[in-house]
Amino acid sequence: MKVCITSRGDSLESEIDPRFGRCEYFVFLDTESSDMEAIKNPNIISSGGAGIQSGQLVAGKQVNAVLTGNVGPNAWQTLRAAGIEVIIGVSGTVGQAWEKFKNKELKPVKGPSVDSKFGMPAE
Amino acid sequence: MIIAVASGKGGTGKTTLAVSLALSLPNVQLLDCDVEEPNAHLFLNPLFAEKSEAVIPVPVIDEEKCTFCGRCKEVCAFNALAVLPGAEGKKGSILFFENLCHGCGACRFLCPQQAITERDRRIGVVEAGTVGELKFAHGRLDIGEAMAPPLVRQLKKQIDQERTVIIDAPPGTSCPVVTSITEADFCLLVSEPTPFGLNDLILAVEVLRKLGIPFGVVLNRADLGDEKTDEYCRQEDITIMMRIPFDKRIAAAYSRGLPLVTAMPEYRQKFEELFQKIKDKISK
Repeated sequence: MKVCITSRGDSLESEIDPRFGRCEYFVFLDTESSDMEAIKNPNIISSGGAGIQSGQLVAGKQVNAVLTGNVGPNAWQTLRAAGIEVIIGVSGTVGQAWEKFKNKELKPVKGPSVDSKFGMPAE
Repeated sequence: MIIAVASGKGGTGKTTLAVSLALSLPNVQLLDCDVEEPNAHLFLNPLFAEKSEAVIPVPVIDEEKCTFCGRCKEVCAFNALAVLPGAEGKKGSILFFENLCHGCGACRFLCPQQAITERDRRIGVVEAGTVGELKFAHGRLDIGEAMAPPLVRQLKKQIDQERTVIIDAPPGTSCPVVTSITEADFCLLVSEPTPFGLNDLILAVEVLRKLGIPFGVVLNRADLGDEKTDEYCRQEDITIMMRIPFDKRIAAAYSRGLPLVTAMPEYRQKFEELFQKIKDKISK
């Protein structure tokens, strides 16, 4: 099972980024292997539709679940259309979240948790 | 001739100026292009004879023809489409987010399968009418809509070249402003001599220089604030075309929905002189 964790950095020690569409990094981890891949999010600067773009990026990696802080309505719709489970309210480091996920301590949600533009950077 | 009235900062007096200038000159058409919050009609009480819906074309995707190749989402500059390719026998899916769509038509035009047609999506209305001899039109964006430029473009189709056209632009320096003032022969930038007024005036000047539209400044509440706006205009060789002092009578008239020239007819001559200055600037 493959998951994507939104992160402030590119390692297991990095903090979770609470934004989905405009997180700094996507960290991909797999229960079947010890492979880890971190991708810098190209959608941070997008003026609109960052959640949709990020949703497609993550879907393209064939993940089963996304672990993040919050997810907006457009990203939610995109992820669900791709059949990806969404787990929100995750905090701490990527490594801690990964352990919790593997121990089945995290549960997917049934709807988006924030409005559009939640992750827009402050001026 | 098209004269646009714009400003960087909001609340500097664009509508006050545009309405009174329109009422002071013969053979004028006034367009209120601030479609997100039009207010010129509050001072004019026009009789609207025409009302038309403003629409943008948005894609309708035939999922039978779609191969989920992703070309449409690649060409969409506004991320309004998501394409999720199918995998292992599972059909792909395509999502359309209509609030992000600007109606440019690129997806329909470039779809290799010709799987996209279009339908009209309403974004607001254009209303046109008269106030005595003055022609007036404005646009009203529907609540919750974010696409001002297509509505402004539709409103600008009302332009009557036989008349002196005055455009009351939205505040700021973003797309709705650029759409409103493009094609203007001259732009009046209304500002006030405060730090905020100056900061936003500088941004507006940059936009106008980029667009190549001749412009001048009208300084409202000109006797308040500081000297920095005057200094800036001197340094940048920008003409201050008119100064309107801070006057409680002007504020009182505004609060009652009375145009400045109606409440204080002595201003008519000042607006006529302003118009003459604009004509002189254009003919130079």
